[in-house]
Amino acid sequence: MTSPRGTVFVERDSYRFRRIMDGARILPVAGFVLILLPVLWSFRSGANIAAEAVYLFALWTALILVAAILSRPLRAGLKRERPPISPDKTRGENRPEPGR
Amino acid sequence: MFNLLIFASLSYVVFLFAIAFFAERRGEALREAGHRPHFLRSPLVYTLSLSVYCTAWTFYGAVGYAARSGLEFMTIYLGPTLVFVGWWWLLRKLVRVGKAQRATSIADLIASRYGKSNAVGVIVTLLALAAATPYIALQLQSISLSFNAFTEDQPVAPRQLALYVAAGLALFTILFGTRNLDANEQHHGVVTAIAVEAVVKLVALVAVGVFVVWGLADGPADIIARISAAARPEWEIQPNRWVGLTLLSAIAIVTLPRMFQVLVVENSDETHLATASWAFPLYMMLMSLFVLPIAVMGLTILPAGTNPDLFVLTLPKALGQEGLAMLAFLGGFSAATSMVIIASIALSTMVSNHIVMPLWLASRGSQGQGAGDMRALVLNARRLSIAVILGLGYIYFAVSGGGRALAAIGLIAFVGMAQVLPALIGALYWRGASRTGAATGLLLGSAVWLYALFLPSFGPDVVFSAALLEHGPFGISWLVPYGLLGVQGMDPLLHALFWSLALNTTGFILVSLFSFPNPVERVQAAQFVNVFEISGRGDGVMAPGWVRAGANSESEVEDLLISAQRLMGATEAQAFFKAEALAQGKGGYLPDATPDFLDRLERELAGSVGTATAHAMIVQISGSSHVSVEDLMAVASEAAQIMEHSAQLEAKSEELARTARQLREANEMLQKLSVQKDSFLSQISHELRTPMTSIRAFSEILMDEDGVNREEQVKYAGIIHDESIRLTRLLDDLLDLSVLENGQVNLDIQPGNLSELLDRALIASNSVQPERNFAFLRQPADEQIALSTDIGRLTQVFINVVSNSRKYCTASEPVMRISVRRRADKVVVDFVDNGAGIPKKSQALIFEKFARLTDTHQAGGAGLGLAICREIMHNLGGDIAYVPGQGGAAFRVTFPAVFNRAPVQKPATGPMRGKRVNRPQDAAE
Repeated sequence: MTSPRGTVFVERDSYRFRRIMDGARILPVAGFVLILLPVLWSFRSGANIAAEAVYLFALWTALILVAAILSRPLRAGLKRERPPISPDKTRGENRPEPGR
Repeated sequence: MFNLLIFASLSYVVFLFAIAFFAERRGEALREAGHRPHFLRSPLVYTLSLSVYCTAWTFYGAVGYAARSGLEFMTIYLGPTLVFVGWWWLLRKLVRVGKAQRATSIADLIASRYGKSNAVGVIVTLLALAAATPYIALQLQSISLSFNAFTEDQPVAPRQLALYVAAGLALFTILFGTRNLDANEQHHGVVTAIAVEAVVKLVALVAVGVFVVWGLADGPADIIARISAAARPEWEIQPNRWVGLTLLSAIAIVTLPRMFQVLVVENSDETHLATASWAFPLYMMLMSLFVLPIAVMGLTILPAGTNPDLFVLTLPKALGQEGLAMLAFLGGFSAATSMVIIASIALSTMVSNHIVMPLWLASRGSQGQGAGDMRALVLNARRLSIAVILGLGYIYFAVSGGGRALAAIGLIAFVGMAQVLPALIGALYWRGASRTGAATGLLLGSAVWLYALFLPSFGPDVVFSAALLEHGPFGISWLVPYGLLGVQGMDPLLHALFWSLALNTTGFILVSLFSFPNPVERVQAAQFVNVFEISGRGDGVMAPGWVRAGANSESEVEDLLISAQRLMGATEAQAFFKAEALAQGKGGYLPDATPDFLDRLERELAGSVGTATAHAMIVQISGSSHVSVEDLMAVASEAAQIMEHSAQLEAKSEELARTARQLREANEMLQKLSVQKDSFLSQISHELRTPMTSIRAFSEILMDEDGVNREEQVKYAGIIHDESIRLTRLLDDLLDLSVLENGQVNLDIQPGNLSELLDRALIASNSVQPERNFAFLRQPADEQIALSTDIGRLTQVFINVVSNSRKYCTASEPVMRISVRRRADKVVVDFVDNGAGIPKKSQALIFEKFARLTDTHQAGGAGLGLAICREIMHNLGGDIAYVPGQGGAAFRVTFPAVFNRAPVQKPATGPMRGKRVNRPQDAAE
């Protein structure tokens, strides 16, 4: 995606980024709903602890994977938006620039 | 065994000290060299430091929890997973705001948001203390329990051991947590040590897990089968607790002071959050993965009465794996100590900033001066706080006897800190949240928590009598601690969580809706809620502070410098002040106390003593009170005035530019006019001199009586006469022209007939070259037009045109066609001859003064004829123009049949007119 077609591609990139942000927002909600599934299962017949455990860990892994996949473009977005915070101030250096 | 354990523990502790020490040294060295410590501040270290959430509770308590309640332990980690996976929502804003406001603790953040009020900070601090103390006790308990699990033959008195451990932890924390008053409250050494401990924790637990799954059992499938086999009825998921605990842990990960410390305060780069969003859940998942297998195997293999909390230790130990057990012990030790260290740092910061410093400040009164370095005071306050906090934890442990299941304590603490949530969410997302609302919510929630969960948890007859627990105070059944308002039979934890949060939120919202925040609150609210729009770069110092009436006296600035020196250190404070003064264009060390400067100074100090204290200090010294809404409005209207003024200035400058342009054009025109005037004058003088020369010459000859005979006398006199006539005519023409140009001509308006005019003109012009036989073609019918205009002058024009034609038409058989047309109320007369015509380049020239196309003097005119004609026609409201392409010289004379005395839109007069070519008809009719 590097052919310079001017504004068209820029639009698409920012659109994609917004959709990624949306995805990042949906993820915890979806995760929460899915975490509640075992609750519904236990309303049925007896508890199958092992199956629920396997399910939960699989869900957990999936959440981690999705978060990892989303984290890269989001991080790039953060870097684009602002330079990283560097409050590591040396003595007398990196003081907030007065008057600016 | 005992000695080995002591030895292992001590060497581990030394190892941790060493790590912390070297990390601190490296951090300082890098700082002084001006670099950022990259490894020390890498996403990896950040994520590992977050593991301080997994305390001894995780290491030991989770297994016990699993053994008792099945999968419910997972909720403690699923909640934070959701929060971290959704970091883009909440955590990002939290970190951004925390950095922008340079919050040193969660109490500081909340206090800063709600008008930099210390009262709110105090409430949160006390709440945190109450919630953290049992948790610290829990860690101490787990250490002593695990120690004794190793040394059954030589049991150590738990209290004694806990005392040593507490003392050792206090020492470590004081050494590495209070080395300096870093403006950002970052502790490289401690964080690195915590990260190392995180690795040890993980490795230990995973090692035991691997041992269990592949060593004791036969792989994952076998373990799953065993889990199914060992499943008990009480392992069934209880929906209420499942949901409630997930939510509770999600809240806790954000509100726990130690989590705020590592998440926000120790954060050096917001983008690390992106990594932590998946890495930290991964860590938690790995920690949780083997919990259930270990629990199951423990239940299966170990004798029935064994404490399930300690399976991680006892299982390998019972099976002869001493090394593994030792590793597990170190893992548990790491888990416990890392929590205590970070929690005490966080809590001591809160206590010193919100309790000690304000008290000290109040006791000092209005004197800003004092002996000694204030930094030392702050640091000592911190150290004392650490000791006190650990002391409280120890006391709690000693008093409570350490018998309860570990899990319960942890969750009680979670519910306590959860009371901060409404105020926190309101701080970040609701501009209408006010200080009184937050305080109300916090107090209500804390009260419910204390009454319904914390105090009863000590057991009956410790704080609350058994009767009270059963029937409520004074028998009021609505106030039974575990069944408020008739909600009986609910799980106590969930019950307390529900009621505390419900009353907290309700109080918070209601009071916020009805209260009116002061200006500081409102400004802070805007800064918090809109942090993503405001913070443009850097660490958020750009976030605008609030307007204050600036203190102006120099002595106040000096007081500020003194206080700053005592808090920041002499060199740093002076450097800061000097830089500010320089930026303001002053020399020396004392800048003007502008609102901007005071803002920045407050922010600097906030990093050391917390927002509320720094704010109070600045206010105390600079004496400026908080700004009123009126002031804000005055500033706003001033700003509006300034904007208007500048808009006016812009308009004026535009106008000036335009005027300058016009002046320049006029100047250029005037210069051209001047040039033209010069050439005009030179032409005139030339024209006038020529006849004068002849006259002088011949009159000189005549004066000489001898050499001239009568005949010659007559001849020369005649020449003189002719020349003077010519001169007179020229002067007349000039006068005429100037009169016409200046519009001062007296027009003699008479009625007439065009046909007659043309007749007269032709007869008069016959005198020019009469020998030539000029034929005239006319159409008498068209010429019958009644005119009311200056007849004489019009005839003059006609005569001129026809005479010119007679003079210049070169055809052998000259013919002139005169055609007359009417166009609206104008008459158009065309004079077209069949000569050679006038070349294009001369067509404009002929109407100029003194312009003669052929050799001068030949035709005997001065070249003013057409110029005069043009002026006359303009004066009569018409025009004369040359019409090209008619086969010969063609002149068109246009004029209104009836002269209109209304002011005619004359084109510019004077020498300027020479520029125009074939002027269009005059517009004004």
